[in-house]
Amino acid sequence: MTISHHPDVATLMSCAAGSQPESLAAVVASHISMCPQCAAEVQKLEQIGVALFDAIATAPVVREAPVVAARALEADEDGSGGRPAEPGDVPAPLVSLVGRSLDEIAWKWLGPGVWHYPIPLSRRAAGDLRLYKLAPGQAVPEHGHGGEELTLLLRGSYRDEMGEFRTGDVADLDDEVEHRPIADATAGCICLVAREKRARFKGLLARFVQLVTGI
Amino acid sequence: MLQVAASPPLERRAPTFATTRAMADLLHRVAASGDIEAFRKLFQSYAPRVKAYMMRQGADANTAEELAQETLLTVWRKASLYSGDKGSATTWIYTIARNLRVDRLRKETAWQPLPASVEEQASSDPAPDEQLAEAERRERVQSALRELPGDQSEVVVLSYIEGLSHSEIADRLGLPLGTVKSRMRLAYQKIREALEDLR
Repeated sequence: MTISHHPDVATLMSCAAGSQPESLAAVVASHISMCPQCAAEVQKLEQIGVALFDAIATAPVVREAPVVAARALEADEDGSGGRPAEPGDVPAPLVSLVGRSLDEIAWKWLGPGVWHYPIPLSRRAAGDLRLYKLAPGQAVPEHGHGGEELTLLLRGSYRDEMGEFRTGDVADLDDEVEHRPIADATAGCICLVAREKRARFKGLLARFVQLVTGI
Repeated sequence: MLQVAASPPLERRAPTFATTRAMADLLHRVAASGDIEAFRKLFQSYAPRVKAYMMRQGADANTAEELAQETLLTVWRKASLYSGDKGSATTWIYTIARNLRVDRLRKETAWQPLPASVEEQASSDPAPDEQLAEAERRERVQSALRELPGDQSEVVVLSYIEGLSHSEIADRLGLPLGTVKSRMRLAYQKIREALEDLR
């Protein structure tokens, strides 16, 4: 798999800082599980946090060190070392939420040629995370964004104003950008989309769909 | 009009290489033999930083103290997962603190795992050389951070130390989102050379 569109370095920094909204963080984590280059980059960017933490003005601690049991050490691996995901499979971080296979998603019909599957976030998390499936040649209704939006291609491809996006590619967009992705004419596509806020769909029909589905 | 400068990113003198070596040694002793005295020394060294970090992230003093306790308890439990090629003891502890704060303060899923070994081949370097390389890299990064223009170090600190998302930084500073991301990218350009692992 050749990945040519990666998240913006500012996005990777926010990821390394642990400061992304949960929905956006999920997409970055999923991309990283498929992209060793970005995984290594985030590890490097964590060093910014380490350097700042290292030199932070300390706060005096009142309590003593906790009492620890001599042999209560975890021997098991934390399971974070992942192999890059195979094309078409669900990225490792999402497997516990949506299962292993993109072929087993319980899609919900959204409109002609468009299906979606909302992924639950933590109760206090704002924003939106969902999978979309587009039929071949299907366009997503034109929309702008409030805040940031991240799209990760999981299968097939789409083309928009920024170029062609294939499996593993990430579209990293902020609120100024309006784009109209069109799924590949043969294969269609499946993608993971995170938004900080609700998308603003344009046009009366699209707005009606938005009203009905709450996207 | 008097211009108030943004506070410098580094707030105190950073520990030396000798300290870096000592911390790694303590962590190894905890992992190898459940050395409680070593753990207490780690606690004394790191808990005040973790508490300060949690308070900057918005926790009150009491909660920050609890989270510092919990961070070090996690360090104790997971010590056997730590090895020199996963970075310094400070990297390890920072990452645990960062994930705990996402989980407890924001009550969200911490998607970023603890550091895994990125190199495919097992490192055969003895631990002291790894620690030296880590300490030197940290000094280079701290030096680069000190040299950042105020508007760039400001967004970096708000992101890493106060935990604000890009949109939150934009709201806090009254800037467009694009400007925030642009300043982060500029800061990165200045720091990137220092971030390289020269091993």
